Amino acid sequence: MTRILKGVLFATTVLAPGMVFAQTNLTIESWRNDDLSIWQEKIIPAFEAKNPDIKVTFAPMAPTEYNSAVNAKLEAGTAGDLITCRPFDLSLGMFQKGQLAALNDLPGMSNFSDTAKSAWTTDDGKTTFCVPMASVIHGFIYNKKAFEEVGVEVPKTEDEFFAVLEKFKTDGNYIPLAMGTKDQWEAATMGYYNIGPNYWKGEEGRKALIAGEQKLTDPQWVEPYATLAKWKPYLGDGFEAQTYPDSQNLFTLGRAAIYPAGSWEIAPFRAQADFEMGAFPPPVKNAGDTCYISDHNDIGIGLNAKGKNPEAAKKFLEWVASAEFAELYANALPGFFSLNSTAVKMDDALAQEFVSWRENCKPTIRPSAAIVGRGQPNLDLEMWRVSANVINGTQTPEEAGAETQKGLDSWYKPAK
Amino acid sequence: MSDTDSTDPAIAPVRRHIRWHVLVFLAPAFLVYTAVMILPLIETLRLSLFNMVEGQLSFVGFNNFRVLFTDPRLSADFWNALSNNVIFFIIHMLVQNPIGIALAAMLSVPSLRFAGFYRSAIFVPTLLSFVIVGFIWKLILSPIWGIAPSLMDWVGLKWAFSPWLGKPESALITVSLISVWQYVGIPMMLIYAALLNIPDEVLEAAECDGITGWSQFWKIKLPLILPSIGIISVLTFVGNFNAFDLIYTVQGALGGPNGSTDILGTLLYRTFFGFQNQLGDRSMGATIAAVMFLIILAGVSLYLFVIQRRMRRYQF
Repeated sequence: MTRILKGVLFATTVLAPGMVFAQTNLTIESWRNDDLSIWQEKIIPAFEAKNPDIKVTFAPMAPTEYNSAVNAKLEAGTAGDLITCRPFDLSLGMFQKGQLAALNDLPGMSNFSDTAKSAWTTDDGKTTFCVPMASVIHGFIYNKKAFEEVGVEVPKTEDEFFAVLEKFKTDGNYIPLAMGTKDQWEAATMGYYNIGPNYWKGEEGRKALIAGEQKLTDPQWVEPYATLAKWKPYLGDGFEAQTYPDSQNLFTLGRAAIYPAGSWEIAPFRAQADFEMGAFPPPVKNAGDTCYISDHNDIGIGLNAKGKNPEAAKKFLEWVASAEFAELYANALPGFFSLNSTAVKMDDALAQEFVSWRENCKPTIRPSAAIVGRGQPNLDLEMWRVSANVINGTQTPEEAGAETQKGLDSWYKPAK
Repeated sequence: MSDTDSTDPAIAPVRRHIRWHVLVFLAPAFLVYTAVMILPLIETLRLSLFNMVEGQLSFVGFNNFRVLFTDPRLSADFWNALSNNVIFFIIHMLVQNPIGIALAAMLSVPSLRFAGFYRSAIFVPTLLSFVIVGFIWKLILSPIWGIAPSLMDWVGLKWAFSPWLGKPESALITVSLISVWQYVGIPMMLIYAALLNIPDEVLEAAECDGITGWSQFWKIKLPLILPSIGIISVLTFVGNFNAFDLIYTVQGALGGPNGSTDILGTLLYRTFFGFQNQLGDRSMGATIAAVMFLIILAGVSLYLFVIQRRMRRYQF
């Protein structure tokens, strides 16, 4: 009896850890809690099938808490081996603090263009510290059934856009635009960053802002606020208290006609809406104008410089940089468009529609993301607030521009 | 008394023991309280005097406080949060506590039927998690799915409904009233207990003198429950200036719309832990926490040393 017991004790204490030891555990820190099941069911199994000795855990948290939480974890040394990277200034800050490792020599990095890598590269362009995963495109998703019922065409110009909204309003069966201002970020992300590039001419305006040649008080930066203010009558009753999930539900339940969107909505909308959906890019001012779209490098993945299993983590990153991952990811999460140079075949029609805009329109990124998003007050949060104010009608477009410029002036001195 | 002991030669002087058992019994509570309350408090106050200087945490004296009160952006946020917090507190004092006292007075009427049921029903929200309370009220008041618009429609008041939580002018009042709804049970219970403590003889004597009904409440009961009202005011004060959870669940960490429901707790949270693209700043967060501590300390001291000493207590 004692001998058996001893044997059991020996097996469980000495042998068992040895058996576990053969397997390396990797943890991915992420803010994409919406994608948890897709990682668990599709992406991670595909990796583990090839690398049976590595076990990967996807550990997402609430998006708004991600940056501070992951920073705290990195400082305390409890963060996972793989860190999902926000684009531009936030991840750059982590790299400069030595929390993210340089990935220049990672095989597979050559699969990405410089533009794709720009979001996770130092200002001098020398070091890249995250593997680019995906970008998101802004635009409008619409309910095809509603458009047929009311008999309107997809708008190409701003006048047409407002004519369509007006028709839906007179018809009365649909809320013309599904958006609320309660959570604030919708107003900026789906509103200002969505329609704005047509006004400030995409990269041209964004770079001029960074260079200090343009100011947020210039007409091309103020006008988008004025257009946003014109959305107000077409939003649902009580939009001031409408949250982001409210807007999503209003649209997928078929109660709203147009949803100012980011392409990341495609997968959840597919799962919930039982009507046909289409998409159109932000309308231009006059027919024939060059169109600009926000095609924002949104998500990458980096290596915790103080991680415990750098070898296994590098293996995973190599796989993320491969064409195989690009295809898997782009199809598992339609709307997150691969940044890999290898062309990826996507099955989702709506996702294809979004990507097709790249052919005619000039892409740009969100204006508050790079360089001007580094200081206090944070320009991105400021733009959330004033965009919501402008739509609520508590602030004029001019005041909104002046306030954000004042905040920027308080810390940002453009290089002369 | 020790004099009598030692002067009596018949009894051998009793050696005074150090009463170890007192220390032993106090130790667990003292150690736990020190570890989880006193040390963090001291550490927070200490951290508020430090800040990052060239990547190193160094002593900066009261510089953080100077920045908090003079930096145009930070001080604007701070004064906004403080004034919202004061309004939050005033609404509680004007609505929650009078209603609590009135409810307690009604419950203590001996002829009231189902008193036990009312008491529990009113007290139950206090026991609910703030997450549930916040979520329920957000849903009730939602202009899209909520029952408030349809209920008001039934009684012909649809015109009076507006998305209260989304409007800068009404959001703070709405959130305060939700908090009042949740916590009104506490003043009610405390006052109810105080009212039950009033001896019947006093009330009977009052009745013999012809003081009944309202005047009995104003002239006899109210003076007797004043100490309890004082305690409740202090509890409300401390609770309100530490408040965070309900605002966070209902309005989010930004205290929107346009900062109209931003109170010290949410400001502290955003500053200390960061929010979205704004990174956390521990030193500044600790500074705000220290200011909150001082505000509460000042309020409680005012009560303890000025008001409570002047309050008359009655012994039965």
